[in-house]
Amino acid sequence: MALWNAVASRLARQRSWTAGVGSSRALSSWWHSVEPAPKDPILGVTEAFLADPSPDKVNVGVGAYRDDNGKPVVLECVREAERRIAGSMNMEYLPMGGSVKMVEETLKLAYGDNSEFIKDKRVAAVQALSGTGACRLFAEFQKRFRPESQIYIPVPTWSNHHNIWRDAQVPQRTYHYYHAESRGLDFASLMDDVKNAPSGSFFLLHACAHNPTGVDPSEEQWREISQQFKAKGHFALFDMAYQGFASGDPERDAKSIRIFLEDGHFIGIAQSYAKNMGLYGQRVGCLSVLCEDEKQAVAVKSQLQMIARPMYSNPPVHGALIVSTILGDPELKQLWLKEVKGMADRIIGMRTALRENLENLGSSLSWKHITEQIGMFCYSGMTPEQVDRLTKEFHIYMTRNGRISMAGVTTGNVRYLANAIHVVTEST
Amino acid sequence: MASKSFSSSSSSSGCSPASDRRISVLARHLVAENALSSSPIYASPTSSANSVFAHIARGPEDPILGVTVAYNKDPSPVKLNLGVGAYRTEEGKPLVLNVVRKAEHMLVNDRSRVKEYLPIVGLADFNKLSAKLIFGADSPVIRENRITTVQCLSGTGSLRVGGEFLAKHYHQRTIYIPLPTWGNHPKVFTLAGLSVKTYRYYDPATRGLNFQGLMEDLGSAPSGAIILLHACAHNPTGVDPTPQQWEQIRRLMRSKALMPFFDSAYQGFASGSLDEDAQPVRMFAADGGELLVAQSYAKNMGLYGERVGALSIVCKDADVAGRVESQLKLVIRPMYSNPPIHGASIVAAILKDGNLYNEWTIELKAMADRIISMRKQLFDALHARGTPGDWSHIIKQIGMFTFTGLNSEQVAFMTREYHIYMTSDGRISMAGLSSKTVPHLADAIHAAVTRMK
Repeated sequence: MALWNAVASRLARQRSWTAGVGSSRALSSWWHSVEPAPKDPILGVTEAFLADPSPDKVNVGVGAYRDDNGKPVVLECVREAERRIAGSMNMEYLPMGGSVKMVEETLKLAYGDNSEFIKDKRVAAVQALSGTGACRLFAEFQKRFRPESQIYIPVPTWSNHHNIWRDAQVPQRTYHYYHAESRGLDFASLMDDVKNAPSGSFFLLHACAHNPTGVDPSEEQWREISQQFKAKGHFALFDMAYQGFASGDPERDAKSIRIFLEDGHFIGIAQSYAKNMGLYGQRVGCLSVLCEDEKQAVAVKSQLQMIARPMYSNPPVHGALIVSTILGDPELKQLWLKEVKGMADRIIGMRTALRENLENLGSSLSWKHITEQIGMFCYSGMTPEQVDRLTKEFHIYMTRNGRISMAGVTTGNVRYLANAIHVVTEST
Repeated sequence: MASKSFSSSSSSSGCSPASDRRISVLARHLVAENALSSSPIYASPTSSANSVFAHIARGPEDPILGVTVAYNKDPSPVKLNLGVGAYRTEEGKPLVLNVVRKAEHMLVNDRSRVKEYLPIVGLADFNKLSAKLIFGADSPVIRENRITTVQCLSGTGSLRVGGEFLAKHYHQRTIYIPLPTWGNHPKVFTLAGLSVKTYRYYDPATRGLNFQGLMEDLGSAPSGAIILLHACAHNPTGVDPTPQQWEQIRRLMRSKALMPFFDSAYQGFASGSLDEDAQPVRMFAADGGELLVAQSYAKNMGLYGERVGALSIVCKDADVAGRVESQLKLVIRPMYSNPPIHGASIVAAILKDGNLYNEWTIELKAMADRIISMRKQLFDALHARGTPGDWSHIIKQIGMFTFTGLNSEQVAFMTREYHIYMTSDGRISMAGLSSKTVPHLADAIHAAVTRMK
């Protein structure tokens, strides 16, 4: 009976679906040839971590800040801003370019409070969906208005950079960046690549706290890079996802950008508040492009809006309101600066602790790169096989390129982590 | 140029880059400001002293959002904004629903809530509840677990993600959109990688549905083509097929294996009933076939700027749905990584709480009823003025918009003389009207129709 019912209902569906004019094609899914997509290498780590029942598990995978108890943090300045906002604002559409107030404050952070470029209205800027969205807007803009161009991306870089420019259909090239032996910057090769790239090439630069290596050029090196860029007429797009988070001082973390601005480059900047304001899931960021004059800035901004409109019409209001409330109020802004420094200091403290622990365990390897690198991530130098052992044997989760999110390290787990790293690397 | 003597070393000068830089900085202080103002010091003639984007022309104003821009500039005290489709109260104010305020307060006071990244597919509760809302809690597609639902940035974002998925994975790359449709539809799908064609929809003669033209055009579409359908309250015309017409559309589409892609931006807003407004979608879902639906909470929950929406793809079975979901993630990640949390949290809080849900349905019905009442008042006002023409379409059309039938010259006249702001296709947003402003609009229409042909 059950079988009959099943067959009957199947037939009924088939009949109603095709209205009697069927083809065998119609019965199978249009999607049966869709392959399961590979897991995202970074976000997949957290998924695996969450599924692990071990009480010792440690998540040093995704780059989201944790306090010393391993808990996510909502900054006090953010809580206060939300209290002020809740119940008082309406939820009308923002303009396509986003919150004007939020963008103004954001530009001040990147270009400087008293920037002549802001005063002269030479910066075309739109609110974007955090750093990802800002990069994607730029990539689409680059494709549309410089269709012959390519993007030079450092090796290594945040893996999603490749996806972004690929989906925008901008061809990619790479430039040398990380020097594996020294676990530092391969400056000579980087400069060679800049020199050898065709004049007028587009380069993606990490403004500070390079992701995933934590290796940044020195100030002097930035100046040389800037000079070489000038000689070649290259375009610099800065991805600044960690302003304030690297050194604890937002002005200091923007140094690379300021050098390029002093030297007269017309740059682009992708900014994110995911980490430095802890607004991760709110998706708040900004894309700006420095232009020759106000007229050009107006034109460029209008074109950026035309890219945003068929993607999501206008950006989300809530996170932008939090940002403009905080940065627009001197007290809240001071509180924020204090809290950002607190986060950066804790990470710097964990770097020191991790290195000391490894050295005290008698590791024969050099771990000075842990404290020389900066920002949320440490490029440990471990191999994928060693990382797999960390996961299997010690329930420690990180991306297979050996990148450790220092934000996930606490006084409670640093010894455990150091010991595990020592165990899997001591045979090297 | 004075700057030439300070060119940075590329070859022969023998100076180091660092000392050249110092000379450059010094030069800026020594040489008169305007000599150097817009020409940074460069060496080689190939290096650009200009922006690489210098050739860019200013893009045109968005036709819909540009209306509000123009309205804002107008100083007239009697100006009326009937452009963008955002609900207004009788007092002409934006409205945040009471349930939304309640949900917001719940969220803000819950110290255990954090702002972490959502998964790429968004908030799980929100996704499940959104599927229930559009398909119905007892829908077979939910019971059989063959939907994937992903949170997206309102209707626009859901359409864009769905479009990009289709362009990558579907065997047919053409989407048919109704004539007319929301101005942003063609751009969304073109940029997603699909080619856009149209099917007849609106009949200017009757100001109603050109059903025969619609059936003919769908009938001659290639097998497997994607068809964009407005689930209810067609934008901009307000003209919807009857249930009988929907059934005929469904049969025709299934017989040609045409892929339905529903845009549902007004569920609950059209008739006042969430279930009634979802009928066309549910009709298709019930027949066992596959379909896509883009949902928006911008209007029906008043969450406009929070950008809350969902894309659902109904598949043949759960295994396919799982694979489809994994591919949707690959579209989303390089676009914005993961969706914004705030608005989705509000929606989930409301949908999962029985009391809040009921309150919401009441507030939603009140909005829909106010709009229906505006339609009646405008119709009566035109009738009272003896305005020439048949204006019954004002009360026959449904949803936020009325396609008045006014031409662009008449619209321009109304803007000039009466400070009425609307899109040039004659579409007015009924939500922007109040009992106080209906007479002014009626006067304007009357003048436009009698003085301008």
